[in-house]
Amino acid sequence: MRLIDATQYKLPPAAWVSILHRASGIIMFLLLPFIIWMFDTSLTSDITYSQFTSVFIGGIGFLPAWLIKLVTLALIWAYLHHFVAGLRHLWMDATHAVTKEFGRISALVTLGVSIVLTLALGFKLFF
Amino acid sequence: MTTPNYGSKRVVVGAHYGLRDWLAQRVTAVLMALFTLVVIVQVLLPGPMGYDKWAGIFNPQWMRVLSFVTIVSLLYHVWVGMRDVLMDYVAQVGPRLVLQVAVIAWLVGCAGWAIQVLWRM
Repeated sequence: MRLIDATQYKLPPAAWVSILHRASGIIMFLLLPFIIWMFDTSLTSDITYSQFTSVFIGGIGFLPAWLIKLVTLALIWAYLHHFVAGLRHLWMDATHAVTKEFGRISALVTLGVSIVLTLALGFKLFF
Repeated sequence: MTTPNYGSKRVVVGAHYGLRDWLAQRVTAVLMALFTLVVIVQVLLPGPMGYDKWAGIFNPQWMRVLSFVTIVSLLYHVWVGMRDVLMDYVAQVGPRLVLQVAVIAWLVGCAGWAIQVLWRM
């Protein structure tokens, strides 16, 4: 099979949750310095705290504020999706809930909850 | 026919098959989830958000220790996850080993920075 053939597959919801769990993990891994930078500047002192908030208003260096917010929104989604998909894993591990139907419904709930919460927090971030 | 997995043929970049890493990834996940809830609850407590409230959350010693536990958990959790990713997509031993070493260096560096923040504030 060629790689292009794999794009012909229609992914069921559980497969979307699975690949997005992986993608969100990689996103957060790569953005770790940004996360720790936020942790650092927001906590170190009240001066760095105001520098931290000003980055979300006026940007930093050549990076505009909207781009910082967009990256932050991607992080919010990645965290929420990874979190809820992880709870789904733990639930399945603990209860051995391995029916096809539960897999489908819980996958749809995972996708839905993370997207709705991302939209809500994104609204708070941008407006 | 099975490939020999001992002596000079031993796979040195595989998973630690069985329970250990599987369980570690879940235990660390629960610890990080607990940290998340503790932070969210304190953020939602009444009072305007600002430096005083935010730094006040992380100021008590128990919260610094919980944050420290979370950082170390993250280190291990992400190591297991990234190792799984590399095992899936990087087939050759040499490049995989190089990337795994890079992941470890990246994660240890990030953890050191985060821990420094915790006790400098």
